[in-house]
Amino acid sequence: MSESTNFFEQAPDSPEIAARFPDLHPPFNKTAALTEANRCLYCFDAPCTIACPTHIDVPRFIKKIASGNLQGSAKTILDANILGASCSRACPVDVLCEGACVMHRYNTQPIAIARLQRFAMDALHESGAPLPFLPGEDTGKSVALIGAGPASLACAAELRRRGIRAEIFDARPLPGGLNTYGIAEYKLPLAESLREIDMLAQLGVKFNFNVSVDATKLAALETTHDAVFLGVGLGAIYQLGITGEALEGVTNALDYIAAYKSGEITSAPGRVAIIGAGNTAIDAANASARLGASEVYMIYRRGPEQMSAFAFEYEHAKQEGVKFLWHVRPIGIQGTEKVKALDLARLEVTPDGSLVPITGELFQLQVDLVILAIGQATHTEFLDSGKVKLERGRIVIDRMTGQTSNPKYFAGGDCTNGGREVVDAVADGKRAGIGIAAWLEGQNANA
Amino acid sequence: MPTLETTFASIRCINPFWLASAPPTNCGEQVMRAFDAGWGGAVWKTIGEPITNVSSRYSSVDWNGQRMMGLNNIELISDRSIEVNLREITEVKRRYPKHAVIASLMVESKRHAWHEIVQRAEDAGADGLELNFGCPHGMSERGMGSAVGQVPEYCAQITEWVKEKARTPVIIKLTPNISDIRMPARAAKRGGADALSAINTINSITGIDLDTLEPRPNVDGKSSHGGYCGPAVKPIALNMVQQVMSDEQAALPMSGIGGIASWQDAAEFILLGAGTVQVCTAVMHYGYRIVEDMADGLLSWMCQKGYETLDDFRGRSLPNVTEWKHLNLNYKIIARIHEDKCIGCELCYTACWDGAHQCIHLDRALPAPNTLRTPAMVEAESRSRITTTPIPKLGLDGDGESGPYRTPLARIPRVDEHECVGCNLCSLVCPVPDCITMERVDNGLPSETWEERVNAGAVAESPATSNLNR
Repeated sequence: MSESTNFFEQAPDSPEIAARFPDLHPPFNKTAALTEANRCLYCFDAPCTIACPTHIDVPRFIKKIASGNLQGSAKTILDANILGASCSRACPVDVLCEGACVMHRYNTQPIAIARLQRFAMDALHESGAPLPFLPGEDTGKSVALIGAGPASLACAAELRRRGIRAEIFDARPLPGGLNTYGIAEYKLPLAESLREIDMLAQLGVKFNFNVSVDATKLAALETTHDAVFLGVGLGAIYQLGITGEALEGVTNALDYIAAYKSGEITSAPGRVAIIGAGNTAIDAANASARLGASEVYMIYRRGPEQMSAFAFEYEHAKQEGVKFLWHVRPIGIQGTEKVKALDLARLEVTPDGSLVPITGELFQLQVDLVILAIGQATHTEFLDSGKVKLERGRIVIDRMTGQTSNPKYFAGGDCTNGGREVVDAVADGKRAGIGIAAWLEGQNANA
Repeated sequence: MPTLETTFASIRCINPFWLASAPPTNCGEQVMRAFDAGWGGAVWKTIGEPITNVSSRYSSVDWNGQRMMGLNNIELISDRSIEVNLREITEVKRRYPKHAVIASLMVESKRHAWHEIVQRAEDAGADGLELNFGCPHGMSERGMGSAVGQVPEYCAQITEWVKEKARTPVIIKLTPNISDIRMPARAAKRGGADALSAINTINSITGIDLDTLEPRPNVDGKSSHGGYCGPAVKPIALNMVQQVMSDEQAALPMSGIGGIASWQDAAEFILLGAGTVQVCTAVMHYGYRIVEDMADGLLSWMCQKGYETLDDFRGRSLPNVTEWKHLNLNYKIIARIHEDKCIGCELCYTACWDGAHQCIHLDRALPAPNTLRTPAMVEAESRSRITTTPIPKLGLDGDGESGPYRTPLARIPRVDEHECVGCNLCSLVCPVPDCITMERVDNGLPSETWEERVNAGAVAESPATSNLNR
């Protein structure tokens, strides 16, 4: 059932994008990695491992780098997190493993866990060695996984290692979901996401692309598979509901990021406004700056203390030259064929915390591109009423097993948590994979 | 202001820092540069009938990313002619009359050969002679070096021959490759030696190349055991120096050698009785310049301690080294973890459980002490916990957990004071200075040693043990 894939070679090759988006955190060379690895104290029950949603045994993989056992280091990482390579680049480690490092209480500089992890994973990729796991003995069971994002990929890997067939369905032409299309290129290049999935495919995961799963298709899959995993992520970015949103020059952050990552756009116009102040908004703002915009504004209705972006992302955006307009709300987009300007209203915070426009405080910002980044809607309409329990559009699961209200259905990732990090999706998928295997075994025992 | 000036076996020294007989003292040009850098003396690379060396010659042991924790060599004595070496000694002494130049000598074990080389070295102007009875490789196969040092009778014999001729002090360099270093030391003293130096290098194989399966240093696919030195050998050297210096039949002015790289190392050798110290590996690693801090650091330590001269503290630690049977069995210390310094690495915890006495526990955050919780249970609990990326908020500092200390209470280990045996291990593995201190517990018991217990008839010494004890 194992079929070789070559997603990596299908990655669009855009030298211009590569030049504009070099690594934000350049890789360690061997000497630097060794020095850094030797700095690790090798904590017992290490806080970094606890802080990692996938519980990678960090001191163990670091000590293996120090001992020169790079193969073993990569295996330690992959054993806990099958997307260890992309997580090493995409994870907000300041608030995860590196944030938990005891070095903060020692001599302040935490161990560069992410860069060490990338070093181990890069070494595995460069060695050309296969994934250090084999599929389990075939159980005859099969699972359909909807969505080819990190949650499904992690789930599929757990299933394959337990001899359960895993068939992934995705609407896009390439796998990886947001891991491939949605992470700032200076953190995780699109091609790197695909390279990692090529390795995963060695476990015999089956991929079906350009397939949108609707209620009918889902019903069919439910009959042909022993269980279904829902890793569908979130849906479209919300609209503002103001005039001019249909004009050319109005886009949303996810489409914008996907477009530049795949090389469809390689430059930005002079003035760009991003609506929103989350991590995705920052990615879009930084991208515009790097793509050549001379002025990039982030428009947020609240102040810096309420913005949902990580502190280090905020700092990064400031370094990229992004300007922040706080307590401002867009009220209209001007232009005839293309966007010309953004009408904005200044807001003030009332004692009860609500935001109200300040009378007469209206102004206009000349812009050529408006990028919306005000959160994503859910994407669970196809789960017709009652199939699985939803709460505010999110799929409700048992956290330990990923099982939904419908025992045959499991879920994980953004569609269950409302949108978190890649590593959270991987952790969800991993728990669900183990959960599905345990449930199928229980079914067997009962049969 | 204290001084480093000292007199060693009647050799006047501007400071106690000598270069050991080794590659750093190969030629006059080197020795003069070393003196310019601040070295007080140099023991010339061993002079004898010129040899042929192999290539390669050195190999080392790295540790945790640090280079040359230990160095090994299979180089022989000087490969330059006796004439050239002696001419350069004369030149160095002419230009540096206040610096000590010691000629290290090694010739075949014949009386006339030793008489001749002694005469020539002294005529050249050497301030003293060091007899190389220690070289463990190559030369020993030809009946010289450690082949002499390992047989006390040979030591005594050659020392006697040399003393028949010598007008300058004779230093015998001892090999550590022997079961009891006091035996050759006593023999040297019997033979009339004026001083000793210890230790020479230790027989070693530093490692095997795991690709080629050939040992290092590699000489055309083969290697030979070499002489080990560097920081790794210092504890062995300190023990041997102490053994000799505590032995009345062996003790003589001692030039301490073995892994000395800093002023602290030098001070420790002097505290165990050394009059001068000799350095090689540290210079091979970092160059002659290291002597500046050795002198500077030692002087400022002497200031702090109120010592005016090296004699004020030489040998001061010797009375504190004793046999185990004289140690106070009723002295009791226990580990104390200073919670405010703890960073939560839990290395003391795993060390105590796996390497000591299972008396450190992770139960501060539990409702009651739980000494039955094993490391595996602690880890399993952590791994089963669901962790998610925190919802981003500006200014998030990651210190979400509460507790009176900067480290969460659950991560600060607790010492079970009733079970703690005071072994020190936790305080040794703790990466934070002064975080774990070993503190004396007043158990109200008077001092009592094993010997006193045996003498008092409180314990019966087993026949087997008494046979083993000399």
